[in-house]
Amino acid sequence: MIKAILVFNNHGKPRMSKFYQYFNEDMQQQIIKETFQLVSKRDDNVCNFLEGGSLIGGSDYKLIYRHYATLYFVFCVDSSESELGILDLIQVFVETLDKCFENVCELDLIFHVDKVHYILNELVMGGMVLETNMTEILTRIEDQNKLEKQEAGLAGAPARAVSAVKSINIPQQIKDIKLPDLPQAIKDLKF
Amino acid sequence: MALRKVKGNLERMFDKNLTDLVRGIRNNKDNEAKYIAQCIEEIKQELRQDNIAVKSNAVAKLTYLQMLGYDISWAGFNIIEVMSSSKFTYKRIGYLASSQSFHADTELLMLTTNMIRKDLNSQNLYDAGLALSGLSCFISADLSRDLANDIMTLLTSTKPYLRKKAVLMMYKVFLKFPEALRPAFPRLKEKLEDPDSGVQSAAVNVVCELARKNPKNYLSLAPVFFKLMTTSTNNWMLIKIIKLFGALTPLEPRLGKKLIEPLTNLIHSTSAMSLLYECINTVIAVLISISSGMPNHSASIQLCVQKLRILIEDSDQNLKYLGLLAMSKILKTHPKSVQAHKDLIMQCLDDKDESIRLRALDLLYGMVSKKNLMEIVKKLMVHMDKAEGTTYRDELLSKIIQICSQNNYQYITNFEWYVSVLVELTRMEGSQHGHLVATQMLDVAIRVQAIRHFTVQQMALLLDNVHFLTSGSAQSSTMAEVLYAAAWICGEFAEHLSEPQATLEAMLRSRVFALPGHIQAVYVQNILKLFANILTKAEENQDVDGINKLCEIVAANMPQFVSSADLEVQERASSALQLVQYLQKQVNKGDFGLASEVSALFVGELNPVAPKAQKKVQIPEGLDLDAWINDPPSESSEEDDDDDSAAVLRGINTTDIFVKSDRIVDGYYGLNNKSDKTPEPTEEELEMRRTARKLEQANNPHYLKSRANTKVKNDLNKNLSEDFFDVPVAEIELPVSLKVTGLASPDSYLNLDKRNKTQKKKKKKGKKERDASTDEEDDSYPLHVVNTDIGEMPEGAQLSDDDEDGDSRPNDDPHKALDINLDEPLRDEEKLPIRTHHLPDPVNHIIKSKKKHHKEKDKNKDRKERSKEHRKLKSKSKNKDRNPIEDEKLHGGDNLDLWLGHDPSGYQPVTSDGEKQAMTSEKLPTNSSRSEKGAGESVGSLGKSSKKEKKRSKELKKEKKSSLKMKEGYEEAAGISTPSKEVISDLQGQGLADLQGHSLPSDLPVDPPGGLPHVVTSYTKFAGDKTLQMMYECRLLPQESNQIVLSVLLSNQSQSLVKELDFSVCDTLAIKLIRGDCGNQYGIKLHFQLSPGSTSEAQFAFEVSDVTQPQKLRGTLTYIIEMSDGIASHEKLDFSLLLPCSSFMIGRLPHRDTVTDLLRGGQLTHRNSFAVSPVNRDFSQVLSLVCFRSHFTLVEQVEKTASLYSRSLLGHHVCLLLKADPSSSQISVDGKSNCESLLAALMGELRGFLQVPPA
Repeated sequence: MIKAILVFNNHGKPRMSKFYQYFNEDMQQQIIKETFQLVSKRDDNVCNFLEGGSLIGGSDYKLIYRHYATLYFVFCVDSSESELGILDLIQVFVETLDKCFENVCELDLIFHVDKVHYILNELVMGGMVLETNMTEILTRIEDQNKLEKQEAGLAGAPARAVSAVKSINIPQQIKDIKLPDLPQAIKDLKF
Repeated sequence: MALRKVKGNLERMFDKNLTDLVRGIRNNKDNEAKYIAQCIEEIKQELRQDNIAVKSNAVAKLTYLQMLGYDISWAGFNIIEVMSSSKFTYKRIGYLASSQSFHADTELLMLTTNMIRKDLNSQNLYDAGLALSGLSCFISADLSRDLANDIMTLLTSTKPYLRKKAVLMMYKVFLKFPEALRPAFPRLKEKLEDPDSGVQSAAVNVVCELARKNPKNYLSLAPVFFKLMTTSTNNWMLIKIIKLFGALTPLEPRLGKKLIEPLTNLIHSTSAMSLLYECINTVIAVLISISSGMPNHSASIQLCVQKLRILIEDSDQNLKYLGLLAMSKILKTHPKSVQAHKDLIMQCLDDKDESIRLRALDLLYGMVSKKNLMEIVKKLMVHMDKAEGTTYRDELLSKIIQICSQNNYQYITNFEWYVSVLVELTRMEGSQHGHLVATQMLDVAIRVQAIRHFTVQQMALLLDNVHFLTSGSAQSSTMAEVLYAAAWICGEFAEHLSEPQATLEAMLRSRVFALPGHIQAVYVQNILKLFANILTKAEENQDVDGINKLCEIVAANMPQFVSSADLEVQERASSALQLVQYLQKQVNKGDFGLASEVSALFVGELNPVAPKAQKKVQIPEGLDLDAWINDPPSESSEEDDDDDSAAVLRGINTTDIFVKSDRIVDGYYGLNNKSDKTPEPTEEELEMRRTARKLEQANNPHYLKSRANTKVKNDLNKNLSEDFFDVPVAEIELPVSLKVTGLASPDSYLNLDKRNKTQKKKKKKGKKERDASTDEEDDSYPLHVVNTDIGEMPEGAQLSDDDEDGDSRPNDDPHKALDINLDEPLRDEEKLPIRTHHLPDPVNHIIKSKKKHHKEKDKNKDRKERSKEHRKLKSKSKNKDRNPIEDEKLHGGDNLDLWLGHDPSGYQPVTSDGEKQAMTSEKLPTNSSRSEKGAGESVGSLGKSSKKEKKRSKELKKEKKSSLKMKEGYEEAAGISTPSKEVISDLQGQGLADLQGHSLPSDLPVDPPGGLPHVVTSYTKFAGDKTLQMMYECRLLPQESNQIVLSVLLSNQSQSLVKELDFSVCDTLAIKLIRGDCGNQYGIKLHFQLSPGSTSEAQFAFEVSDVTQPQKLRGTLTYIIEMSDGIASHEKLDFSLLLPCSSFMIGRLPHRDTVTDLLRGGQLTHRNSFAVSPVNRDFSQVLSLVCFRSHFTLVEQVEKTASLYSRSLLGHHVCLLLKADPSSSQISVDGKSNCESLLAALMGELRGFLQVPPA
């Protein structure tokens, strides 16, 4: 079983966290912090396993991680998972991200953490490995994105336009514009 | 409206979306918290709007904030709203939010059940997928119970994507709802051979998780997995299967034998390192499990070790790490083969990677020998010096101690060296293992008598240099613990001190207040010991001045202890102070001879006590731990109502406090010691044992004697050890690094060791290497006798390992509940709960309320009867199922045996027979306990209707029993209290009670002695064809005013499987089938299958609106019959069944006076009567027949006249007067009621069955 999947950057900022066992938010932050401290002080050329921290797991649990450029991908797993297998899984995860975001970088994870979750959901479910075949994973993600696009259709157009406008750096005032309330008379009109 | 919508849309465009939020947070790095607080306010606004798009946008933002550590549980309801959107886009956002923030204890979850069910059954593949993914993160016990069936259905979905997810989901369901495991397991097993490899892999995954925690239940799957292992090429799955085999082999050595070959092949052939590694791991597990029976596996071990060496030598640190990890497993059973690679492991100790060094350390444990111990420890010490301020240093410290102390210091040849190592270890700053070092010091000092002199001197030096241990930088460490050991050793073995006075002063002047309380306490006590020691010497020399000086020093310094913050220190110090002052006074008076008395305070040696000794102390004869010490608490206090018990509580608080607490303690002991009774030995036996033991002790050189013997012993030891005491400490050249003069350095011993070796070499050369056996080297080392006794035990007790509880898992481990025998076929009542037929549970209710009243009186009886009931149910289910169960079991067992027995190499398991026997005998109890559990469990897992049935039969039984046993006090049980204790039993029970005195009428279904409750036997057949027989029985729910329950027994009489039964009836005006909330107009699906020859029970509740006439029910049962050749055909069975009026009668009498009141009040206006001459029955038989068949209660019987009463579901009263006319042998029946048609119908019924002669 996988107990938690954490992605954070070189400074310990969480970029994605998924816990398959309940911890409250404070505890989650502490775990991320502790894990970061454990992982970050290790050189890049040491092994990718370390005995679990004190907060998460215990003797049966291991942290298995990989470090890519600015990001750490950490899986906390128990002894029923194969260490090397999980390393492969992290690789599959990252490669899938790379395919979906076309040359993934930290910014993609920062702004699309929801999509990262959706991708992860195709790999791991409730702490158990669901699928490791990348083509299958990509098909599923593609299908769901299509579904989303269909639904958005025409109605989605204005929203897209606005987000396009927003992406251009216009001053904050315009972004914060709110329409004034409709006059009471109009509101009360019955149709 | 439209306008508002437009406005909403427009506004929405300018709401922040997730990207804006993230960007905003990044732009406001300085006041992030404030910015987020502001965003949360906005989100709250957005959540208030009706537009689902706005809401989902808000929820998406919340999910992001959750990751940053903000609690978003307050938005739980909004999240559910978004989840329930019909659009996939929003639904996805909702499910993501819920999977991140919900958990099993979220109360809102109960709102989601139906929504999730809808999503699970959705046409859209991805809706269902989404629901499964989300559910897997927050499933609760309630959800798993309610949704288990829906998820089960998805297991057979046509889409592999859903099957795969559903399979994984089932594991989560099992964890929360263990009852689902058995019904679902067959289907899960099918999935192991699913055409889709993803599904297959998921199923393997789930079974592996299950089997990891309870391997014995999954042994029977071994053949399936074996096939998969040899055919599959999916590495992921192979890894899981091989891991699973690793868990199974310890239980079945024959399996391991079978595995070796294919695993070895895989090791040779695979290129995937992960697979290779797991194969090696499992081969190791196999070898461990069969190492006892199979001597000839060195080849496999060699292969493993070789491959591991390749891994360890690899430049990939990961492989190195794993290689070492696997190596440590081999070490446990085959240390020799690992020792061959010592060079490699020592090399790893220098690795830059801490994880690898730690793993290598683990291996060192098995690497040491007498020869290399010193060398290895030295190396570790060097590492420790380098690893300042890390946890690795602590790890090293504990490892050094572990290595040295293993097997009672087996590898230590020179204890002076070891003590100096320990002393050296105390200098490691910031260590958390001070306690460990202290324990070692104490242990060595006590166990190795010969080393005491040296140890004491070293400890004195430690005490003299306390500042090293308590100085500023050492504050955070626990090394001060060492002073505890040092102080105790110096005090206890003060005779070895060269300068006791100096040590005493050192102890007195140290800044003790900085030390923890328990150490201060030891200081005080041992100051006294030292004091006594010096005093004795001074007295021998008549040195009054010396004594005075001594006393003054102690008296001057003791006050710092007296003012200690620690209570115990204070107490000890003040009595010590008083003692010293008194002594001084006496000595000054010229009163000598007190010294011996003071030292008498500390006479007696402390011997080690075995760890379990306390538990083994036998209970002395004549001590009855179960007996009350005080009078047992009076019954009345517990019978009191809540108000009274509150008063009792208050009483406890004020006056009764001691008495009450005593009682509690009594209860505690009484509970705990019941099982501990052992036959007590007689006085002579005890005496014999004692003398025998003394004799044995006297002959045992390792045994620590009491004072009387020690002198002799010490002399003996001196003689013995004088040879090696001539290795003088002073002669060793002191290395410069030594900070404290006098403290021995471990290095010096290493040098000594080397010198010895070179000498030996020379000697050997001289001997021309005649003496090649290397172990003989040891004899040049000083021989220190280690007392390796386990410690003292009570007489006659033995140290055994079976004292621990069998299951060490914590109670909240969900896997504990999943320890379920899966080979046993499903019982009929074991099925997943069906949503369609939930009924309120009135019986349960009654029992509860009844218990409240009768708690005390009925408790014991209750328990007894319940267990009886269980037994009955058990025997019932056994009778029903025995054949299939046993067939299946034998079959399954045979399969595994056959499969395992088919062994090409002709390997015969050594203990084949005994083992099998052991296995079966082990299996049997599990089976029976399982079925017992099943009986209890069924209450939870069945639909509620059958729960009701069980309870009801239980209740009936109870009622009958109690009416048989004692007539009094039953009215209360019915829920109505009355002052009158002269009571008439209710229900039909009374009839039966009366019956006991007479001969039993043969047509009456009566319990066989101790047999089944009569409800079982009163089934009547009402329909049937060549496949199915249907029997029914009507039951009433005592608290349900307008419902009856029809219990239908379906028995399959054909040779084929019958499934998909669907029960439907035509509702009439008067009687309606309650179909639950599923909205189904027609039938109720029965969620069980009938295997050939089996019988199953289904229960249906009907709502009755008219009870005055007999009711006729027409209905159809449709089912599919599956022939053995795989052809299935739909069948239909029509039935009609007549429910007579008596089935709507409740034979319960609220109160005896009711009848009188009714008759007197003139409410019963309608009359009806007839006379009948019953064939072959006497009056009492007629009476019981009426009571039983028509649900009447006997109110009063005077000779041959009896009055009876009953009440209908809808509250009509019926009274009967039965009179036997002796002259005509006729019985006349008079009836009175407030409902004419009901009375007429009942009288017709009575007349009908009274005229029929008994069969």
